[in-house]
Amino acid sequence: MIYLSLFWEFFKIGLFAVGGGLATLPFLFRLAQTRSEWITVDDISNMIAVSESTPGPMGVNMATYTGNTVGGLLGALSSTLGLVAPSIIVILIIARILEKFNGNKYVNWAFYGLRAAVIALIAYAGWQVFRIALFNGNHLRITETVMFGVILFLMMKLNKKVHPIVWIGVAAVLGILFKLPS
Amino acid sequence: MDNEKPSLMKLFWTFAKMGVMTFGGGYAMLPILQREVVEKNKWCSDSDILDYFAVGQCTPGIIAVNTATFIGYKQRGNWGGIIATLGLVFPSFVIISVLTSVLRRFEGNSSVKMAFSGIRVAVCALITMSVINLSKKSIIDVPTFVLCVVTFVCMVAFSLSPVVFIAVGIVWGLFFSWVKEKRRVGQ
Repeated sequence: MIYLSLFWEFFKIGLFAVGGGLATLPFLFRLAQTRSEWITVDDISNMIAVSESTPGPMGVNMATYTGNTVGGLLGALSSTLGLVAPSIIVILIIARILEKFNGNKYVNWAFYGLRAAVIALIAYAGWQVFRIALFNGNHLRITETVMFGVILFLMMKLNKKVHPIVWIGVAAVLGILFKLPS
Repeated sequence: MDNEKPSLMKLFWTFAKMGVMTFGGGYAMLPILQREVVEKNKWCSDSDILDYFAVGQCTPGIIAVNTATFIGYKQRGNWGGIIATLGLVFPSFVIISVLTSVLRRFEGNSSVKMAFSGIRVAVCALITMSVINLSKKSIIDVPTFVLCVVTFVCMVAFSLSPVVFIAVGIVWGLFFSWVKEKRRVGQ
């Protein structure tokens, strides 16, 4: 049954993709080989564009997209639930274990280092988006893009109470006005 | 943090809202998570969020989903975890399902492309803000600063798996905390 195999394929992706939504990419390329009747490599590049430019976590978007292409609405439901099922199971177990060790000296010690590493990983993710923002498309408008980014950043710093979604909306409008390259 | 526990409905809608507002991967969710969960609802603190991200980072699954499950569980147990996760993916599910049918038109539109180029820049700026905010409480001394810089440089240079640095972070944290304690005891 197609829904079951969709669920299963994405369950495996959810189980083995560790990290952000981009971590699901290698698995999707693998899927294009093993299940070529489902998706092709071209489909995946479309998927990345759509997933990155629509609301929601990228991995979830890609699962929904694939499921929808293969099996319509029910297909999308199967693949999306398949993707999140391992997370739910694993995290519910881990949360329980962590609770037991909450306040434990060694757990605190570990998190003291972990937090610093995670901040660097977040900064790295920002750096990746930054690179795509600058170098995807023609290189002629780098100055504009950087200026645009700096101005946005300063505006955010001055108006901390404004909700992030407002900045995303402002940036979308400015992107059209400045004719930013895609 | 001992506020009244939110209802399951409240969890679902809060995370559905975050699902609508997040563009891109798990880290893009951070500024919105900070605002909704820490500032508005006060379900946990800034450093809790980092801990959840750390766990989400080194456990199977997408960080955003893992973090949602974690926060939901902390609020309302197992069902909280499940409902928060379903809330997070709900908007994606609806939006993508609608979009696949109008995909061709959507892709070719140059205004849409330009808008998304703008959005990408905003996402960069938002992530930068988050990094600065989070650093205040977690980059507190020389060891944490060095680890943060080294991790970032290594990621840029070699793009290793994040799991490597999660492991390094744990060992680093244990080691330097141990050194600090020894020093305190020695005095």
